Amino acid sequence: METTITTYALILALPLVAFVVQVFFGKRLPRGGDWLVIGAICIDLLLSLRVFFGALFFSSFAGTPFVWNLRGWLGDAGTGVLALSTGILVDNVTAMMLVVVTSCSTLIFLFSTGYMAGHRRYSLFFAYLSLFAFSMLLLVLGNNLIALFMGWELVGLSSYLLIGFLFEEPVVAPDIVPASACKKAFITNRIGDTGFLLGILTLFSFTGKIAYGDVFEAVRNGAFGDHTTLLTVAGILLFCGAMAKSAQFPLHVWLPDAMAGPTPVSALIHAATMVAAGVYMVARLYPLFTPDALTFIAYVGAFTALFGATIALVMNDIKRVLAYSTISQLGYMVFGLGVGAYSAGLFHLMTHAFFKALLFLAAGSVIHAMHRAYHYAGLEWNPRSRENDAQDMRNMDGLRKAMPVTFATTAVAVLAISGVPFTSGFLSKDMILGGAFAFGFVENPQHFLIPVFGFAAAVLTAFYMARLLIMTFLGTNRMAERGQEALRESPWNMTVPLVLLAVLCGWFWYNPDPTTIFAKGWVSSFLTPPASAVPQTLVAAPADAHHAAHVAAMLVSLSCAGAGFFAAWMLGRRGAISLEHWRLSGSRVYYLLANKYYVDELYNRTVVAGMVQVSRILGWFDKVLVDGVVNATGRFQTGLSELSGFVDRYGVDGLVNALAGFVRDTGNEVRQIQTGRIQNYVVYATVGLIVLIVVTGM
Amino acid sequence: MNAYDLAFYLLAAMALVGAAITVLSRRLVYAAFSLLLAFLGVAGLYALLAADFLAIAQVVVYVGGILVLLLFGVMLTHRIYDTTLKSVRVQPLLGGLVAAGIAILLISVAWNTPWNTTHEIAAEPTTAKIGEAFMKHYVFPFEFVSLILLVALIGAALIGRSRTPGSGNGR
Amino acid sequence: MVQLPHFLTVSALLFAAGVFAVVTRRNAVALLMGVELMLNAANLNFAAFSRFSHNSLDGQIFAMLSIVTAAAEVAVALAIVLNIYRNIETIDADQAGDLRG
Repeated sequence: METTITTYALILALPLVAFVVQVFFGKRLPRGGDWLVIGAICIDLLLSLRVFFGALFFSSFAGTPFVWNLRGWLGDAGTGVLALSTGILVDNVTAMMLVVVTSCSTLIFLFSTGYMAGHRRYSLFFAYLSLFAFSMLLLVLGNNLIALFMGWELVGLSSYLLIGFLFEEPVVAPDIVPASACKKAFITNRIGDTGFLLGILTLFSFTGKIAYGDVFEAVRNGAFGDHTTLLTVAGILLFCGAMAKSAQFPLHVWLPDAMAGPTPVSALIHAATMVAAGVYMVARLYPLFTPDALTFIAYVGAFTALFGATIALVMNDIKRVLAYSTISQLGYMVFGLGVGAYSAGLFHLMTHAFFKALLFLAAGSVIHAMHRAYHYAGLEWNPRSRENDAQDMRNMDGLRKAMPVTFATTAVAVLAISGVPFTSGFLSKDMILGGAFAFGFVENPQHFLIPVFGFAAAVLTAFYMARLLIMTFLGTNRMAERGQEALRESPWNMTVPLVLLAVLCGWFWYNPDPTTIFAKGWVSSFLTPPASAVPQTLVAAPADAHHAAHVAAMLVSLSCAGAGFFAAWMLGRRGAISLEHWRLSGSRVYYLLANKYYVDELYNRTVVAGMVQVSRILGWFDKVLVDGVVNATGRFQTGLSELSGFVDRYGVDGLVNALAGFVRDTGNEVRQIQTGRIQNYVVYATVGLIVLIVVTGM
Repeated sequence: MNAYDLAFYLLAAMALVGAAITVLSRRLVYAAFSLLLAFLGVAGLYALLAADFLAIAQVVVYVGGILVLLLFGVMLTHRIYDTTLKSVRVQPLLGGLVAAGIAILLISVAWNTPWNTTHEIAAEPTTAKIGEAFMKHYVFPFEFVSLILLVALIGAALIGRSRTPGSGNGR
Repeated sequence: MVQLPHFLTVSALLFAAGVFAVVTRRNAVALLMGVELMLNAANLNFAAFSRFSHNSLDGQIFAMLSIVTAAAEVAVALAIVLNIYRNIETIDADQAGDLRG
């Protein structure tokens, strides 16, 4: 199954064309042009599937990835000064990413037709979605660092546009304002991008190349010489970009606020695809990371996994829970890559994309229904008040009767994310935890914290996901009578994507054997780690160690999930554990979690307040020094006028009057010139021209 | 005085007389028609200057297009049978002085400057060459001016559209 | 023998006529006619220099571009004049002073 450049050019061009058409003509097309965008992405999905199956069954990229180059893209190819070419690189990782991006996009675009129905800027929403699809595909398909960076910034732009899409709404959830949330996302990402760009420039200045293969080759041939520390620094700088994009601690603050966007956006961009771009980048540049850099990555990822999970415990906003869960799951992927479980990290990216998109879409379906119910009940929907907040899980309860499809699919996703057997999440999570187990407990005992964090996060994940399920769907609904009648299942264009995504959460897509990926699954042979380009390699656990650690890891993680579920069951059914009691007891820990470890407050106090201080100092400078000078001058002038008034009154009155009269008369004379008649101005211009020529001529 | 010179003086006189009537006539319709004379004279001068394509363009664009537009302007802004239409003239003395000044200046420059003239090259048809120049060396100005023309025409249509109450609010 | 200065003289006189019209006329259409005369004078100069000075086509090209621009200018100007006439029932350039400060 040979592929040609036409395929990839088409994959890139279709969403771009759809975007352009949609921006200019979207409003005039029937149905707001949604069919155009969905059609484009559907064709992309088919093409991607063809590429993917070609790679899977016919090994079209085995050994040699597909590369296509456009020479002379930047700089001058003739002189060789900064002659850079761009192009397309497709290998197994790219093929997998293509399928993940296009399939999630297709389903979520379809969902959006229901969710956004009737919105004033419906067609613009689809235009932005299409722009996002194009940017993400560019990011995935590019064969060099600059193209990666361009796609990286473009997805950032579309994310900004979509987070702020509901910009007219003052508030969409307690303390989230769309217009500031999108700025926060953009600025936080800029901080990471600075690091990313510095990393790219470091690599470029040492190797003079930008294409991945060339850079790896140059590094392998000793472009960095003895400066391995610098290579580590470059790796960490590159990872800074991933930290912002994939919401790793401490640059995670934007992701929870990004939930201000419409829910399909949260599902597509802030759960399934864009946030995974950081993981993709680490995987793509994997050969460049030194052992030290990878250890750093592993620690950041593991810490973030636990950190996000603890906050998700106490959140009540359904989308917030999912947002922190996303942060935690991204931490899993990152530390999976960090500990050398390369295929596991990418595999988890894929499975997570499906089950997290499903969770978000289900949340969207629930929120949609809640809004309608509030509307029918005649209640003012008010995100500021706890009682009438359509996104607050405490107001939901017992939706399973009204929304059976949403309930069933959510349950599947909850099982998958918690790592219960017979789900995709079980396979990928176990692979990561097995890798971490082998890395931390077997190979590098000094790094034992990494697997410990991973397993702890697994317990918490099972707990908070079960809590979400219980609070949302079980129990009895307490909503007013009229509102309850209006609660009903979402239309087919919203439930069909849910069902399809739920099917993708099954184990059978990835491996016929539901217990382990190692025996017959395609993943470990399809996504093999590339050979490292750095001099000394990580003491990564070899594959057989993974295999050996696998059973132990599986048992531990299963008991983790079980413990989490048990705790959640106690919470929901028995009331033995009650978050409400915990809150009322005034526990410091509870408030620490509920306030998200005060990270936002810390940033407000330090970074933001620092900026405010600087401006205040500048303001003080302005007020005291500049104004002082001005005021002193003014006072001096006042004194002078008093003096002159004195002189005036007692003697020079006549002179001053004469002077004033002179000025007035001159003004009157000169005013004649300003007639406002264009003819007079032409005369002046012509006379001026004559004078000018005569004078210069002489 | 050969035929070339004779032609020059005739055409120059035609252009200048046309211009003079345009400028001096009190009747706007006369002014417009004498402008035709001036344009045709200039077109003839182009032909004398071996600029055949330019001469044709002058006739087509100025006489065929611009002048017709101007006539429309005259007609549409006045009662249509009112051919005795007067145009008030203001400050004729000042205008005369300025015009005379600039004319004297330009003429003295024209006669007193030692022009670096290379002359006596046989005239040949220029159309093909101009076409080639526009498509090769001057392709950017060419496209740009086309764009300007397009934008100006759309803008003119938009500005000139009637905004009567029945036809919407001009969107 | 007719030389470059002869053409320049004709052009100068045309230009002066244009300036005179622009300065003295109050009617907006008549004003435009003056502008057209000035543009013609400039074009004549281009063509004359093109013929006598370098014998290249550059001058004619410029004149062509200038003719096109003049067409655009007249179209827009007349649209504005018509609009002014519709709004204030006159095209006397002195009366249309609503925007004057």
